[in-house]
Amino acid sequence: MTALVPHSWLNSLGIPPWVWNPLSVSLHAAFEATIVVAVVGVALGYLLAKGRFPGRGAIETLFSLPMALPPTVVGYYLLTRMGGPGPIRNAEIHLFGHPLTFTFTGIVVAQIVESFPYCLRFSRTAISVVDPRFEQAARAMGLSRWRIMLLVTLPLARRGIVAGVAMAFGRALGDFGATMIVSGSVPMATTMPIALYDAVFYGSHEQAMVLALVQLGVAFAILLGVSRLGKVRPW
Amino acid sequence: MTAALEVAVTRQIGEFELDVAFTVESGISVLFGPSGAGKSLTLALIAGLMRPDSGTIVINGEVVTDCEHRLHVSTQARRIGMVFQDGLLLPHRSVLDNVALAVRQASGRPARRAVARSWLERVGAEGFAHRRPGSLSGGQRQRVALARGLAGDPALVLLDEPLSALDSAVRRELRNLIREVIISSGVPAVLVTHDAEEAEDLGDVVIAYNDGRVTGRRVVARPVYPEPQPGAPQSTEPT
Repeated sequence: MTALVPHSWLNSLGIPPWVWNPLSVSLHAAFEATIVVAVVGVALGYLLAKGRFPGRGAIETLFSLPMALPPTVVGYYLLTRMGGPGPIRNAEIHLFGHPLTFTFTGIVVAQIVESFPYCLRFSRTAISVVDPRFEQAARAMGLSRWRIMLLVTLPLARRGIVAGVAMAFGRALGDFGATMIVSGSVPMATTMPIALYDAVFYGSHEQAMVLALVQLGVAFAILLGVSRLGKVRPW
Repeated sequence: MTAALEVAVTRQIGEFELDVAFTVESGISVLFGPSGAGKSLTLALIAGLMRPDSGTIVINGEVVTDCEHRLHVSTQARRIGMVFQDGLLLPHRSVLDNVALAVRQASGRPARRAVARSWLERVGAEGFAHRRPGSLSGGQRQRVALARGLAGDPALVLLDEPLSALDSAVRRELRNLIREVIISSGVPAVLVTHDAEEAEDLGDVVIAYNDGRVTGRRVVARPVYPEPQPGAPQSTEPT
């Protein structure tokens, strides 16, 4: 499921499975979560930035709650809603054939919830600061609302949107609390932060050091990428 | 003959009240007056970017705003072209794309680009068709903005202080170009300026504005217009 690269290649590179397996799960889950978060987050961010309807503030606050809540609280609610009896669990069984708790898909769901606010808030802010006169000019050019959104607003907001998506990816990759509660430490569904926790818990300090270093490198690369996006000349 | 534009609107913004009525025929009509007189607001109402509190706007015989009957045709459906003070070219698209996006009368990207190229040639901007607007001078940007404003086969073109951000030498050069291109295209135009010399040089009719009111209207003596170029709408007439 998570073999993005053949294990024989990794063995030849000297990367041990106890690094590659959790890294692969983490990257795979974060990638899937980020796709969902990017599509839904940018769309909702656009609606919140451009729409004039009651309850916008309440909607943004509701979807931003995971930023302020301890991840364990988010994980608890996900575990009880997804794993406990009720319509959500019934829907999971109907769609997937089994509950999503303690599965790879459960990890993805937890990461979506945890990382969504970052994409939403970055996108909403980036879209709302686009100079409205460009959109007025586009209206005078005869472009429809959809074309204005796709050809004018989103491209002009792209740096903030890309930064939000990158931050969401980083958040998904680094999530521990919610993922731990929703998925536990199931073999082949163990992410890097959980593998690090296990290594510390079982006294494998060398493994813990390597796992921490890998995560440090990945986080550094993401933040460097985000900061470069901020510095790059706009057009 | 149907007027190119009939405006009779009011609009209150805070303490300021706009209450104007005028008609525009062929050629260039200049709305002239001091800053804050309501000229650009009038243009925004004509373009449908804002709604008046009361009144009607008729473009080329089609009612586009009628407050009494709650009619407000969208900006996109008004068949207008607009040239803004600072061009407002889309910074992430090439010059050619900026003009091609405004082309409504041709379908398909190659056809739209061909129309855009011909307009860039007419304003002397064909040499930087593939450059981004950020790399152009102010005068070059306004040439492109003029091409974009006319490329969509508009029934009316609106120019909101198109030269005010430029230095005097470039302004003089572009004045001649604007007049030549607009008159030869045969598209009626409304141009806003607070510069008396510019109003005189560009306008066939000067409509004076002050404090939200039309305070005068004067026809500028002009020689007979040059013949429209082949393919351009035949709506110009001598004043």
